[in-house]
Amino acid sequence: MIPVPPAIQRIPWKLIAILAGITGFGLLVLYSAAGGNWSPWAWQQGVRFLVFLGAALVLGRFPLRIFENFAYIAYIGILILLLAVELLGFVGGGSQRWLNLGFMNLQPSELMKVTIVVALAHFYAQLPPGNTRTFTALWPALVMIGLPAGLVMLQPDLGTALAISIGGVVVMFCAGLPFWWFASTAAAGIAALPILFSFLHDYQQKRVLIFLDPESDPLGAGYHISQSKIAIGSGGIGGKGFLNGSQSHLDYLPEGHTDFIFATMAEEWGLIGGFALLFGFFLLLRWSTRVALKARTRFGQLTAAGLTMTIFFYIAINLMMVMGLAPVVGIPLPLFSYGGSSMLTIMTCVGIILAIENDSKTGHRRFN
Amino acid sequence: MPKKKSPPITEAWRGLTFTRRALVVGGAQAAVGVALAARMAYISIVDNDRYVLESESNRVNLTLVPPRRGWIVDRRGKALANNRVSLRIDIIPDRLHNKQLVLGQLQTLLRLDGDTMERINRDLKAASGFQPVAVKEDMTEIEYSSILVRLPELPGIAPQRGFARNYPTGAAVGHLIGYVGAPNAEEYQKVKDPLYITPGYKIGKDGLEKYFQDMLKGEPGARRVEVTARGKVVRDLSTQPDVQGKTVHLTIDADLQEFVARRMGRESGAAVVIDCQNGDILSFVSMPSFDPNSFSDGISSSEYAWLRADDHQPLINKATRGLYPPGSTLKPMAAIAAVEHGVDPSERHTCIGGYRLGNRFFRCLGTHGSVDMATAIMKSCNSYFYWLAHRLGYDAMAPTARLLGLGEEFQLAGSNQRYGTIPDSAWKMKKYDQAWSASDSLNAVIGQGYVSVNPLQLAVMTARIASGRRLYPRLINREFKTDPLPFSPEAFAVARHGMDLVVNGPGGTAGRSRLPLDGITMAGKTGTAQVRGLGTGNGKSGTWKFRDHGLFVGFAPVDNPRYAAAVVIEHGMGGSRAAAPVAKDFMTFLFDREKAMEALEGFEAGWGGTIKERMDRDYAAWKSGAASDPDPGVPQ
Repeated sequence: MIPVPPAIQRIPWKLIAILAGITGFGLLVLYSAAGGNWSPWAWQQGVRFLVFLGAALVLGRFPLRIFENFAYIAYIGILILLLAVELLGFVGGGSQRWLNLGFMNLQPSELMKVTIVVALAHFYAQLPPGNTRTFTALWPALVMIGLPAGLVMLQPDLGTALAISIGGVVVMFCAGLPFWWFASTAAAGIAALPILFSFLHDYQQKRVLIFLDPESDPLGAGYHISQSKIAIGSGGIGGKGFLNGSQSHLDYLPEGHTDFIFATMAEEWGLIGGFALLFGFFLLLRWSTRVALKARTRFGQLTAAGLTMTIFFYIAINLMMVMGLAPVVGIPLPLFSYGGSSMLTIMTCVGIILAIENDSKTGHRRFN
Repeated sequence: MPKKKSPPITEAWRGLTFTRRALVVGGAQAAVGVALAARMAYISIVDNDRYVLESESNRVNLTLVPPRRGWIVDRRGKALANNRVSLRIDIIPDRLHNKQLVLGQLQTLLRLDGDTMERINRDLKAASGFQPVAVKEDMTEIEYSSILVRLPELPGIAPQRGFARNYPTGAAVGHLIGYVGAPNAEEYQKVKDPLYITPGYKIGKDGLEKYFQDMLKGEPGARRVEVTARGKVVRDLSTQPDVQGKTVHLTIDADLQEFVARRMGRESGAAVVIDCQNGDILSFVSMPSFDPNSFSDGISSSEYAWLRADDHQPLINKATRGLYPPGSTLKPMAAIAAVEHGVDPSERHTCIGGYRLGNRFFRCLGTHGSVDMATAIMKSCNSYFYWLAHRLGYDAMAPTARLLGLGEEFQLAGSNQRYGTIPDSAWKMKKYDQAWSASDSLNAVIGQGYVSVNPLQLAVMTARIASGRRLYPRLINREFKTDPLPFSPEAFAVARHGMDLVVNGPGGTAGRSRLPLDGITMAGKTGTAQVRGLGTGNGKSGTWKFRDHGLFVGFAPVDNPRYAAAVVIEHGMGGSRAAAPVAKDFMTFLFDREKAMEALEGFEAGWGGTIKERMDRDYAAWKSGAASDPDPGVPQ
C-alpha cells in the first residue's frame, strides 16, 4: 500500500466528489441549453465552481471559533447592507436587490440566509439551558429573523424572505424550544393564510393563483409552469437524449438555464436523470446532517442543522416550482442552475459545515 | 407553563432534544424528497403521453396553404376564370422584431403609398402571433427578387409564391362570373375557419363565384415546420399539397360572350343569347361592366369610386336587374294571345295614324293603312294592336305573357333577379285600388304603362316563341321540364312569320339588320320604349338620360330556330337603330365568326379600342380629373 500523506487524507474527497458530480451534471445540461456550446454558460459556471470550491475548502480549515465570534458582527453588517439596498432602491425610485461593488453585484439577502443561521446558533449556544423554554429564548430570535425577512419582503423577494425565515426557525426548533410553540404557530399561520395573501403584491398574488390553476393562463403567467411540466413530462423515463430537448432548444421553456434548469435536464435525461440528481442532493444533505449530529459544540450542531435546511430549502422549493407544486418564485437549483449568487451561498454553507466537521474531528465533544 | 412538572433542563437534555429534533427535520426533508421523486415519476410516466403531445404541438407549426380555386369554364372547356401565379409577401407579426426598420425598408423597396402603410400598421395591430399580414400581392419578379435578396436583413418577412384569380376576358364576364375577395371579419366569424384569415385566400363575393363557392374552394394544403417559441422556422418537416377546387362547367360560349360584350361598344345595356334547343344561356352580358380582376386583387377606393360615379352604372347587372318597358317587342306575344282568343290573323284593321278610344286618340308611329296581323307586327303598327287590346282586354293577354316567361323569376345560378310586372285588372286593383281601364290595355299592349320586364325575360320569351316549348334559362347543366306551350301552331306561325317580316319583309322595321349570310335569316322584333311621358321631347335627341330605350328580340335561323336573343340598349333612341344591329352582328358571329369579327374591328377602331383599352383610358382621365377637382361629381 502506498502511504497516503496526511495532507491528502485531510481533504474531504467524498464531499468534493458529490459537489463535482452535481455541478458536472449541471455543466452538461448548460452545455446542451446553450445549443451544444460551452459558452456562454457552461465554462463560466465550471470556472466559478472551481473557485468557490477552493474557497469552501479554505473556509473549512478555519477554526470554528472564528465563525462564532464574528456571528453577530456579520449579522449586523449584513442587516445594514440590506437597509442600504432598501434605501438605494427608495432613492432610485424602484426596487433593488443588490449593491454594485464595481467588480460584482452583491446581493446582501443571499448572505443573510447563511448569517441568520450562524447568528441564531450563536445566540442559542450562549443561552443558559434553563432558559430554553422561556420567553427569553424566543423574542430575540424572532427579532433577529423578523428584521431581515421584513426588509427582504420589501424588496420584494418572497422566496428569499422565506429562505431566511425557514433557516432561522429550524435553528430555533433544534435548539429545543417547546414543540407546541411551533405547532400552534403553524396552525395559526395556516389559518391566517388568506390575510397574509392580501399583503402580497399583485404579481405575487397572481403567481399564487396561477400556481393553484396553471391552465387558467397558459400563455401568460402560467406559461412558465405549463412549459416546465411539458418539458419534464415529455422526457419520460429515459429522456429525449442529450442535445435533443425541443422545449429548451426552441425556447419554449423560459429560464431554461437558471430557475428551470431541472426541466431542461429532465427533458433530455428523463426520470433516470432526475433520480440521479435527487440522489446526489440526498448524499450532500446526508453528509451535512451527519455533521450536525456529530458536531462537537452546540454552536456547530445548530449551525450545521440550520445550513442543511437552507440548502434543502433551495432544492425543495425549486423542484416543487418546476413540477408545478409551488408558485413561481425565483429560487435557483443549488449548484445546478447557472448563476454566481446562489452558488456562493451554497458553497459558503458547505464551507462552514466543513469547518464544523473538521472541528469535531480535532477535539472532544463539549457543550456550552 | 408547567415548569415544575417538566424535567430539569440540562445540557444532556438539550443534546438529546437536538438529536431527536434534527432527526425529525431530516426525516421531513427525506419525506419531501420522496414526494418530489414520486411527483416527477407521475409527470413523466403517467402523464407522459399528454406532455409528449403538448411538446410536439409546441414544436411543430402548421401553416395552411390556400388551395387553388377551381376553374370556371365555358361549354367547350375554355376558361372564363382560372388562376395565375402571384408573388406576394407577408409579415409574420411574431417574427417582426424591428418593426420600424423593416417597414421602412419595405416602403422604400416596394414604393408603398401612405394608404398601404396605414393598412399594414392597422392589420399588424389587430393580428396576433403567427397570423400573417399581407404587405403586397401580385408583385413583379423584379420587386419580388429585390425582397428575396434582402431577406436576411428583414426578419419577419415571408415571401410566398401563391395563386391569384384571373379572368382572361376581364370586364366581358364581370356580371356573369362575379368576383372573389379576401374574407371579411363577419365571414370569418361565421365559419371560424383558420383558412379564412390566411393571406392570399379568397372567397367568392358575387355572382357565380359566390354561388359555386363550395364547389370551387378546394382543400387547403399544409406545411409542417419546426419553430422556436419566437416563431423562427428551424426546418421543414413535411408538406401536404393542396387539392384544387372542382371545375364549374357553364353553358356560356366564351367567344360569343366576349364578342357580345365588345359589340355593345360604349353603350349601356344588356344582351342575352339562349340556345332554343335546351335553354342554355350562351351569352349573358351587361355593359358597361367592371373588371373582376381589379376586384379580386382588392379594388382601390378610387377605382371603385370611378365605377360608382359612372352614370352608365357598371356595377349593376342589367340583364337581370334592369327593368325596362319592353315597348313593341311584346307585339308577337300579343298576336299569339289574340289568335288563342279567336282572332283571325288574316282579319284586317285600317290604321289611320292612330286609334280613337272615347275622346282620346292613341297615336301610331305611321299611317299604315289596311294591315293584317303579320303585317302589323312587321310594321309595328300600334293602331292594330290598340284595336286588338280594346277588343279583347289585357286580362286576355297577360296570362300568355306569363306563360312566355314575362314577369317570372327563374331559378338561375348566382343571379339576383328583379322580375318586373305584367299587369292585369286584379294586379291594378290590388296595387292602386283602381279598376282597370281600356286605356290601360292600350298602353300595355304596346309594352308601355305598367309593363316592365328584364332582358333575360325577353330572351326567354323569344326562345319560347321560337321553339314553342317552355324553355328555362340555365347556366349549368340542370334539367328542367320543357313541355310544349299550350298554344296552337297557328298562333306561333303568325308570330314567327311577323317577326320574319320585321327583318326580311318589305319595309320591316329591322330591314337594315338582315344577316349578311347565305341561306340563314334572322327573325325579330324591334322595340322603342319611352323613358319619359309622352310630350316631353321626342325621345330621339337631347340629354342622354331622357332618350328612348332601344330594344330588340330575335331568333335565327328562321326556319329551324337555334338561337334566341334579346338586346336592350339604354337610351339607344330606338330598337331598329341601336339594338337590332347588335343582334345582327352577334347572330352573324354564331354562323360566320370571321365576317363578324371584321365588322367588330371596324366598330372598335371608331370607339377607341377594346373594352380594356377604353376602360383604362377612361379611368386615367377620371383620376386626373378627380385629382384636380376637389369634388369630382359625376363625369359627363
